[in-house]
Amino acid sequence: MAIGMLQEKWPGKVNETVIGADKSRGGTRSNVVKTGGEASLPFLFHEGVFPHKPVIAFEIWDTAPADWPDELNKSLSGVYNDPLAWADKCINEYKAELLCVKLQGAHPDFGNRSADAEAKFISRLLKKVSVPLVITGCGDDAKDNQVIPACCEAAKGERCLFGDAVQDNYKTLAAAVSADGHSIIAESPIDINIAKQLNILISDMGLPVERIVMNPTIGAMGYGLEYAYSIMERARLAALSGDKMMASPFICFVGQETWKAKEARVSAVEFPSWGPETERGIIWEAMTAAALLQAGADILVMRHPKAVEKVRGYIDELMRGNTP
Amino acid sequence: MALSGLDIYKLLPKTNCRECGFPTCLAFAMQLAKKAAAVDKCPYVTEEAKAALESAGRPPVRLVSIGSGERKLDIGNETVMFRHEEKFRNPCGIGFIIDDGMADPEIKKTLRRIHELTFERVGQKLSVDLIAIRQNSDKKRFCDVVKMVSGNTACGLVLMTGDKEALQDALELTKGRKPLVYRLTAENVSSLVETVKRYRVPVVAASVTLDGLSVLTAELDKQGITEIVLDTGMKPLVEKIWDMTQIRRLALKKSARSLGYPALAVIDKTDRFEECMEAATYILKYGGIVLLKGTEIWQALSLLTLRQNIYSDPQKPLQIEPKIYPVGAVTDSSPALVTTNFSLSYYTVLSEVEASKVPAYILSVDTEGMSVLTAWAAEKFTPAQISASMKKSGLENMVAHRNLIIPGYVAVISGELEDASGWKITVGPKEASGIPSFLKNLYNKPEFVNS
Ligand code: SF4
Repeated sequence: MAIGMLQEKWPGKVNETVIGADKSRGGTRSNVVKTGGEASLPFLFHEGVFPHKPVIAFEIWDTAPADWPDELNKSLSGVYNDPLAWADKCINEYKAELLCVKLQGAHPDFGNRSADAEAKFISRLLKKVSVPLVITGCGDDAKDNQVIPACCEAAKGERCLFGDAVQDNYKTLAAAVSADGHSIIAESPIDINIAKQLNILISDMGLPVERIVMNPTIGAMGYGLEYAYSIMERARLAALSGDKMMASPFICFVGQETWKAKEARVSAVEFPSWGPETERGIIWEAMTAAALLQAGADILVMRHPKAVEKVRGYIDELMRGNTP
Repeated sequence: MALSGLDIYKLLPKTNCRECGFPTCLAFAMQLAKKAAAVDKCPYVTEEAKAALESAGRPPVRLVSIGSGERKLDIGNETVMFRHEEKFRNPCGIGFIIDDGMADPEIKKTLRRIHELTFERVGQKLSVDLIAIRQNSDKKRFCDVVKMVSGNTACGLVLMTGDKEALQDALELTKGRKPLVYRLTAENVSSLVETVKRYRVPVVAASVTLDGLSVLTAELDKQGITEIVLDTGMKPLVEKIWDMTQIRRLALKKSARSLGYPALAVIDKTDRFEECMEAATYILKYGGIVLLKGTEIWQALSLLTLRQNIYSDPQKPLQIEPKIYPVGAVTDSSPALVTTNFSLSYYTVLSEVEASKVPAYILSVDTEGMSVLTAWAAEKFTPAQISASMKKSGLENMVAHRNLIIPGYVAVISGELEDASGWKITVGPKEASGIPSFLKNLYNKPEFVNS
């Protein structure tokens, strides 16, 4: 007796979000990134459309990172002090199609740059590079509430993705993002109910749900990855079942979490039984990314050029199966 | 699916003759449902009823055991598609392929490498499971390598050969080790099945289609072979994900018994990163066994860590006993740090305290296995709870000072905790990786501990 396949057809799909505005959309970007839109669980192409491939954003900072491990410094430290050169290197040397700029220098403890200075920096960056931008604050709520609106204005019309809005600090950000035609990252602490609640609150402020991307908060492999993995699976199942407020694409800050992990940081001298650190750090970032892709990640923010190369190859290999 | 007592009662003769030792058929049925009695105690039960009971009692995905002794690998017995529904039960086996064309010294070196691939994470010992020997030479060479490998490892074995005589000899050499035979296909099943039956070993059944697999496993089942692992052969990554998903889904949701077995994937990539990421994919997506060639430490460490994550219990986070843990040669002036009893939090702090080489006490507070921030948000890591735990654990008798270091993420509680405990509170680093330099700096300021 022939075994019939068990195909699932879903009533819902993931919202589609566009990052960047080219000339036809009133901006100056040379390309735009479309993300989301899936009508199936990850890479089950027989069951529903999977219109856009997951995308990797290179993470750059506006200020030199002090505590990134040697493995990252090896490839990047030459440009730490010049964010424009850093951006340039990611695009020309590592073929970045999306950048994620963290405005760490605005943090009161790490430079305390003014909103005005950061806005000017964003303007210069937009002139220097033509790829779309993700722009995140320094994590100090009060400061981000000054800096992000100024940067939204400076990038008006370029349809950037700004973050992160959190449950007790989203209004200022959402208002600024909405006014200047950008999109927003809604961050929830590995909590599906808060994720949904925040999406509702933000869309109640008049920002269309298609302009929200969810940051589910991830842990690196070995550091709570499985919690994010399951939250993402649950949220995606809800989205596919028709819950529009759970249907935002996911952005995952893979580099930031991975390079905190001991397995990615310590040298073989300190930990002989863990072997050479170069490949260890790279696989830690690449495999964390791969696992999150399998849970539904749409945008991966990453740091190590080699890890990016490997994950890009992995995505391409998966997407080769996407023949209708 | 499990049957209820009433379901079973309907299958019994309902004569209440008591021969089973129970007063009524219903009472007997209730015991059967609890698996507290055996069905053959009733002499009148029909063959039909027996079959229904047996099939209901059988798990949708068969349990398959490979190897023997301490390193025995159990796979299968899975019950869900998503780990948030229930814990994934039996971690995917990870194994390495050794080609019999390799020179002896190289094989020995590879074996040594494989045996070094054990790690400890979060209080659990992680190690790889299987060694597969692939025939690429003549029968004699294959058997020589099987002998060499089996004599030098406690890992489970996989015999990769389609040659009847080679298989026969290899099974004789590995008698009692319960190796996995790779692999039976529609083409070779008639020639190999008797050998496999004679040695009572688990087998891989292979076909590129699920229909083909289904026919093959039904045939094996008829022959009395029930420990089966499924293989749909070498295919592009996405097709393998599809196959593995379908196998699990059909077994669970359509009770497809002919696909109710764990699945295996052999990875054939030369780039070590790509090989490793493909293996990771099958660990996530319903693989029962992955076999690869690369034996780099970073490959094994990453795959074992991922497997540990994915197969952890989503309902019960790994916890440790809440109490005081002295680290190193502590004295009554050693610093004291507090964290939660979530295993990951504790072991992360522990490894950094060890790395600092500063002897210290770690107080683990009972937060029901929640991490620092989650516990704080859920009010399980409050000043009142921390100070109660300081008292209960007897911290004040172990140290002469009255200083406690708290995680940087909960800096906001320091004032209240000072009031609640009467101790001086110092805010430590946010990330555990900051602990070594933090502790070394404390150590340079003896007034901290003596104050
Ligand atoms: S022996 Fe069978 S028929 Fe008799 S009471 Fe027990 S269950 Fe019922």
